[in-house]
Amino acid sequence: MEAWRLPLSSSIRGKLISAGYTSLPSISSVSSSDLARDVNITEEEAFEILRLANQSSGSSSCNGSRSLINGAKNAWDMLHEEESLPRITTSCSDLDSILGGGISCRDVTEIGGVPGIGKTQIGIQLSVNVQIPRECGGLGGKAIYIDTEGSFMVERALQIAEACVEDMEEYTGYMHKHFQANQVQMKPKDILENIFYFRVCSYTEQIALVNYLDKFISENKDVKVVIVDSITFHFRQDFDDLVQRTRVLSEMALKFMKLAKKFSLAVVLLNQVTTKYTEGSFQLALALGDSWSHSCTNRVILYWNGDERYAYIDKSPSLPSASASYTVTSRGLRNSSSSSKRVKMM
Amino acid sequence: MSNKLIGEMGLHTKISNIFAARNIITAKDALSMTEFELMELLDVGMKEIRLAITLISEATSPPCQSARSLLERKVENEHLSGHLPTHLKGLDETLCGGIPFGVLTELVGPPGIGKSQFCMKLALSASFPVAYGGLDGRVIYIDVESKFSSRRVIEMGLKSFPEVFHLKGMAQEMAGRILVLRPTSLANFTESIQELKDSILQNQVKLLVIDSMTALLSGENKPGAQRQPQLGWHISFLKSLAEFSRIPIVVTNQVRSQNRDETSQYSFQAKLKDGLQEHTKTYDSHLVAALGINWAHAVTIRLVLEAKSGQRIIKVSKSPMSPPLAFPFHITSAGISLLSDNGTELKGPGINTIHARGHSDMINFHGDCS
Repeated sequence: MEAWRLPLSSSIRGKLISAGYTSLPSISSVSSSDLARDVNITEEEAFEILRLANQSSGSSSCNGSRSLINGAKNAWDMLHEEESLPRITTSCSDLDSILGGGISCRDVTEIGGVPGIGKTQIGIQLSVNVQIPRECGGLGGKAIYIDTEGSFMVERALQIAEACVEDMEEYTGYMHKHFQANQVQMKPKDILENIFYFRVCSYTEQIALVNYLDKFISENKDVKVVIVDSITFHFRQDFDDLVQRTRVLSEMALKFMKLAKKFSLAVVLLNQVTTKYTEGSFQLALALGDSWSHSCTNRVILYWNGDERYAYIDKSPSLPSASASYTVTSRGLRNSSSSSKRVKMM
Repeated sequence: MSNKLIGEMGLHTKISNIFAARNIITAKDALSMTEFELMELLDVGMKEIRLAITLISEATSPPCQSARSLLERKVENEHLSGHLPTHLKGLDETLCGGIPFGVLTELVGPPGIGKSQFCMKLALSASFPVAYGGLDGRVIYIDVESKFSSRRVIEMGLKSFPEVFHLKGMAQEMAGRILVLRPTSLANFTESIQELKDSILQNQVKLLVIDSMTALLSGENKPGAQRQPQLGWHISFLKSLAEFSRIPIVVTNQVRSQNRDETSQYSFQAKLKDGLQEHTKTYDSHLVAALGINWAHAVTIRLVLEAKSGQRIIKVSKSPMSPPLAFPFHITSAGISLLSDNGTELKGPGINTIHARGHSDMINFHGDCS
């Protein structure tokens, strides 16, 4: 690896290279005081350079024990982790089954569709369902709802919360009749209390908020889902330089992934739709371009098929492509009543 | 928020000066670049950049509220928890009270179906005192196609609220609260709404009606591609106007015919080949809402007015809090009234299509407006 790839300020890098330290082995082989003298920088700066050089070449200076490379995990350990990952139910069992149980935590999932198909509905449903207590099979967590378009209607969240509480009461009444005395029942207003709502009015605020979330979630460790509705809106209108937009969007996607991994939470990004001219005709595609479509780990597309709303797993590292139907009722997302054409595998 | 000055955020003076020296003055300037680019530009180490960006981001982030406090605030501060009643019982029930505050509501339909009539009735009811279900405030009515008729408004008032209207001077007072603007061009309109932004709260404006948005944009004679950025700006502006002034904004939209090769499919749908691929009946006039898909995403509530077999129908095509219901209506001297308060629930394709069959007036297709 070359020395110019190190994340250093350009003047220090320039000095390093002009002093002849062009590759990492050459840097790692000197002591910090020699480096400082040679390159004409301070001792602290030299120490920092050596630390960075050692980090990037992957040589763990201390214990050469379990991992060859710092920070790597072997696939067997990861399998156990993956299997015990909690998932957030969407309240529609068909949809849950094609998602492998629900929206997975530690992952970024993008959900896109035409206006009116139910993206905001899924967002609100997930922010309520993440709060289902562990006794009922949920995560008992809180939700962050980032609203960029003003589509969050709090009356609707209340409707869905009330239906969720009713369903939970039915469930606990049925399963744990003798535990009812000890359990503190959640009320719909409590559910609304646990949804942290942010209203974002420009892409600057959106980027600022993504940066700030690290601190916010450290202070509110029980947040288990971050929903952004929608990721597209501000980036579609206000950004003139498309190349710059792609760079900023990729950085934002990486930050979301980092948040998901660091705090073991699910990140759900809702996206809009645009028309694209490919293969001789106009087709629908998710907005923000081809580069963005690489950024998310999982992608689900919601679409109309005949009379029904369907969800299609467009991109996933472990799930097969499949589609399932769902409906939006006054109580939230549910299975559609027609059982004949529910889940279809590719 | 994005124009917040970096100088006032409490950053270390040294780094603050470095930012200023490179002309990065506001939060927007700093956050529009990636961290790596900033490091290159400012010649400062990654750790310091990260620290600075963390501070800038914290200062620029919007505040957090719980959904519960949102609800409580609406219930306490706003009339009917933030809804403008339309006085159409079935519709008001479906929309949880009426046209919601703070968001864009769209009325779309073929010409002559009753969009302007609906708007005039809404304007009238917003001007009424609270005791009669109004907002007791002023209304700004942007009338692009000269469809506003004061005589008609007074007639509607007399027929639907006779107790109020017959009181002396009431008609004058109510009508006096409706301010009609006739912009001559898009630029004219843009200027007016920008002026409006500051004076809305002081002047007790409680409703903004734009009739119609399509006419404003199509009058510009610009080819499709150039129209998008303009529409984009207006969308953002109107949405933030609605939200910060907490008023309802009602916009009417026209319809256009759908082109043959316009698809509404994703690339994977051809491969799936599932379900019923009904081909829509080719004898039906194939209409869609104008202004494109971006606009369709931006409106929160879409009410479609259409005609099917001679019967006029109003349907809730897009609404986050209501099922897709359709109500038959007719227009009388008192304005629009529903023939039945029990809506019929619509399925799939019926929700988004717009029919104009059996509509006795001439239908002009407005060409390609998107």
